[in-house]
Amino acid sequence: MSAGSVAERIVELTGDADSGQVLEISMGPHHPSTHGVFRMNVELEGEQVVKLKPVFGYLHRNHEKIAENASYLAAIPYTDRLDYMCSMTNNWAYALSVEKLAGIAVPERAEYVRVIVAELTRLQNHASLIGFLMQDMGASGTPLMYAFREREKILDLFESLSGARMMCNYMRFGGVRVDPSAAWLAEVKALVGRFPRFLGEFEALLAENEILMSRTQGVGILSRELAVNAGITGPMLRASGVNYDIRKVDGYGVYERFQFRVPLGEHGDVYDRYMMRVLEMRESVKILEQALKGIPEGPVMDPKARLRGLRPKAGEAYGRIESPKGELGFFLISNGTTEPYRYRVRPPSMINLTVLEDMCLGRSVADIVVTLGSVDIVLGEVDR
Amino acid sequence: MLGEGIVKGLAETARNFFGSYVEKDRLTTVQFPEERLPQAEAARVFPFLVYDTDDMEAGLRCVACKICEVECPPQCISIEKSTGKKPDFVGKPQFYPAKFEIDVSVCMSCQICVEVCPFEAIKMDTAFELSTDDRFGGLHWAKEQLSKPNEHYQKIHPTEAAEVDAERAEKKAKTAAAEAAKAAAEAAKAAAAKTETTETEGSAKQ
Repeated sequence: MSAGSVAERIVELTGDADSGQVLEISMGPHHPSTHGVFRMNVELEGEQVVKLKPVFGYLHRNHEKIAENASYLAAIPYTDRLDYMCSMTNNWAYALSVEKLAGIAVPERAEYVRVIVAELTRLQNHASLIGFLMQDMGASGTPLMYAFREREKILDLFESLSGARMMCNYMRFGGVRVDPSAAWLAEVKALVGRFPRFLGEFEALLAENEILMSRTQGVGILSRELAVNAGITGPMLRASGVNYDIRKVDGYGVYERFQFRVPLGEHGDVYDRYMMRVLEMRESVKILEQALKGIPEGPVMDPKARLRGLRPKAGEAYGRIESPKGELGFFLISNGTTEPYRYRVRPPSMINLTVLEDMCLGRSVADIVVTLGSVDIVLGEVDR
Repeated sequence: MLGEGIVKGLAETARNFFGSYVEKDRLTTVQFPEERLPQAEAARVFPFLVYDTDDMEAGLRCVACKICEVECPPQCISIEKSTGKKPDFVGKPQFYPAKFEIDVSVCMSCQICVEVCPFEAIKMDTAFELSTDDRFGGLHWAKEQLSKPNEHYQKIHPTEAAEVDAERAEKKAKTAAAEAAKAAAEAAKAAAAKTETTETEGSAKQ
């Protein structure tokens, strides 16, 4: 770096001799607020953001190509590592697309088990996301620790069911790997019974906090039109007031049998996105209660499903689910061999990230952090 | 009133702080190296090879069929088949792995090898404190390090092991019964042949 005045260095950095006002900074990839290795090239005029370019790919692990060179079964543990907060829903989306491709039916009990684990995943994802968001705003510790305390209880259940806390590798095309015991279901029931108390406390802790409100209300506004045009899905789209939930639209699995509401936001700001997660957790608790009540007895695997050496007929299939972050889809093309010809993931966090610039323009650096935190990204899924 | 929300929030913090002294639900942490929570029965870390009896070489269940090697998603298993054969638990001659290695630095603990193994030979261990300062040898486990007796399996996954043991005992009994039946049939045949010969001899004499 050359010596000289600050103004000279700014000119050197931006190459803009005329203004000398624009400062280009690189936030990330190693920045505590970026939720992983994510970089934003931000151009600032004073404190105002005039341009923001997201740069990702630091965590690229070649997921799609690896899956194209592996059997259909071998891709399942890799899907755990996409969005490593919610391995269960990743498994489900992949299993769903293979089931569509190969025409495999899923037993009813397995469908219920899938709903139970997916909604538990949603609970722990949303709780910890709120914790991270607060951490980004400077509430260092308390909300995140409370959220992680509850999350850990859910992860303990995942471990006793599937053997691993986070990399569950639990679902298979044609069902689920392990039949949950009655004791496990009773534990889930107890946890679901206790969860509303935590939600109430969590809401009392945060929802009316003046600092939270002044930091989030009116910040990072995403308009309804832009949200729809940019293909935003999940809680972020619903916070902008668009009623679109794949659990309702597609009714995949057995979601059609459950009574639940889809919360909608009004302003599309960070506060609405935060509130959306709180309300969705309450709905998830409702779904869990119904699923635990209605779970039938029976097998959890389709006896005809072949795990090893599966050769679906040539064709293509797209399976999608409402993952905690949005529409998670897997597009598969089979050419009749044991390996998929094309394997494509539609990652919700990456597509939700594309409107980051629009939400941040004209705001300050501190608002970028909050806005990014409210998008709910996991870099394992953004970069794949 | 400004600040009401913050006070409300602080009341929750206080509730959690004092509650952590009386309620187990609010304080879930333990002081790890000294205090340990019991591991879940389904817990899995890295695979190990199961052997019966006291002799590792003779009792190894693995028949070197290489299914796990092919199916392993990160390709961390390497197997070399033996040239000779040894009898398995039902007495049938089978190949055995001359070399069986797992690179645990590559293994992602997905349990697919366990699922695809038709011989109940590979199972997941629950030991997790495995750090070593030897990057290469220390994380590249050979057959000797991987092999654990069936008693170990019964200890770490009791329910699962009991099922496997019952299944294997049934198979063994079935094979033994089949062999006994076969032997009996052969004996009967031989006896019948003998009687026949005696009869023919007898008729020839007449």
